Amino acid sequence: MNAFSEIKLIAGKDLRIEMRSRILLSQVLPFGAIVVLLFAFALDPDRGILARVAPGLFWITVLLAALLAIGRAFSIEQQHGARDGLRLAGLDGSSVFIGKAIAIAVQLAILEAVLGLTVVVLYGVEVHGVVVLLATASAATIGLAAAGTLYGVLAAGLRARETLLPLLLLPVLAPVMLGATRAFEDGLEGVPGNAWPWVALLTVFALLYTGVGMLAFGPLWEDT
Amino acid sequence: MPNVLKLREAVCLLGRFPALAGLDLDLDAGGITLLSGPNGAGKTTLLRLLAGLVPLHSGTGSVLGFDLNTDRVSHRRRLALVGHDTFCYDDLTVRENLIFSAKASGRKAAIGESTMERLGLSHVAGVLHSRLSAGQRRRLALAAAFGRDPELLLLDEPHAGLDAEGREILDEILRETDATGRTVIIASHELERTRALSNREFSIRGGRAYLIEQA
Repeated sequence: MNAFSEIKLIAGKDLRIEMRSRILLSQVLPFGAIVVLLFAFALDPDRGILARVAPGLFWITVLLAALLAIGRAFSIEQQHGARDGLRLAGLDGSSVFIGKAIAIAVQLAILEAVLGLTVVVLYGVEVHGVVVLLATASAATIGLAAAGTLYGVLAAGLRARETLLPLLLLPVLAPVMLGATRAFEDGLEGVPGNAWPWVALLTVFALLYTGVGMLAFGPLWEDT
Repeated sequence: MPNVLKLREAVCLLGRFPALAGLDLDLDAGGITLLSGPNGAGKTTLLRLLAGLVPLHSGTGSVLGFDLNTDRVSHRRRLALVGHDTFCYDDLTVRENLIFSAKASGRKAAIGESTMERLGLSHVAGVLHSRLSAGQRRRLALAAAFGRDPELLLLDEPHAGLDAEGREILDEILRETDATGRTVIIASHELERTRALSNREFSIRGGRAYLIEQA
């Protein structure tokens, strides 16, 4: 089996499990929607603050919800020794990494689309610069998925993985939150030219973590 | 007859506890080998070591020609392990789990279908793993292992949880596997049943192996 087939097999398996279990639909999305709603209660929509800080609130919510999706991607491997089963299959570590990262990225993309619409409606945000917003979301999603998959496997073998994952991952994802928030602000304010350097930063982050993940995932998958 | 595995002074640690404590074992290809011994003797760890799932702490070892000290991954596609877990996913059906397992180990999906029939799982092909009984899960784990068409089959308590029909099916498949010249290693407490199937027996005690019978 070539690398492409291995990646397709892993991504397909993870997405099928998520479609079947409906965890994204019944838990992760509602969690994100509740966080968005709580920000609205806390920051009083009448004062116009919400629309101004919407990009930051959106990406904080995505980040928190992403933690659930990433944790879930590895918890399915802990049940019934599935991880050992996958190791016994002799698949290439980098293929497993890419396959799992793709499955997480697809879920994050759905999450971002739904939360984006919620934010627009609930916070009264006017949408400008769609191209830069999409480019930002794409680069940020790949970065989140790649870094999340790498730190997900690192935490997976540890006893307190549920609490350790956010502790390990959130500081690492700070550049994604900063870059994506600033790029969204510039895009929504109608100055997309200012957003592209941030998109470039997000792209570098995504490429860096994809590369590191492809190299490091295999040994971590074996030894943690 | 080619040597299928060779262990010398093999030590495996579970935490700080030496689950295998200087174990020596030689096995030629073919035949069914029984590993007997009390709970905690190191049988499961030995099978996991042979599958490359736990590292050698010290000593030397090779399985199917691969040195376990330098490469404990490359031989995995040529073996199958049935352990205490099923290695399956709760939210996939029996058929999906078997097809995934066959494809992941580089086999055709059709092998998954045929082993499903052989293990008497066709009537639950569309049932999720989470809904299966303990015996059905055991059959699924066995079907997944046979679906890999392995050269070396490692079975940890394979009869546990199976009903009488399941045990008969398993024994029949094991006899057929033996006839094809493949190597089977069974760790079991059901000595009467497995002794009837096996050609040789090693007793595992205190993390070491002792040959007690060779047919």
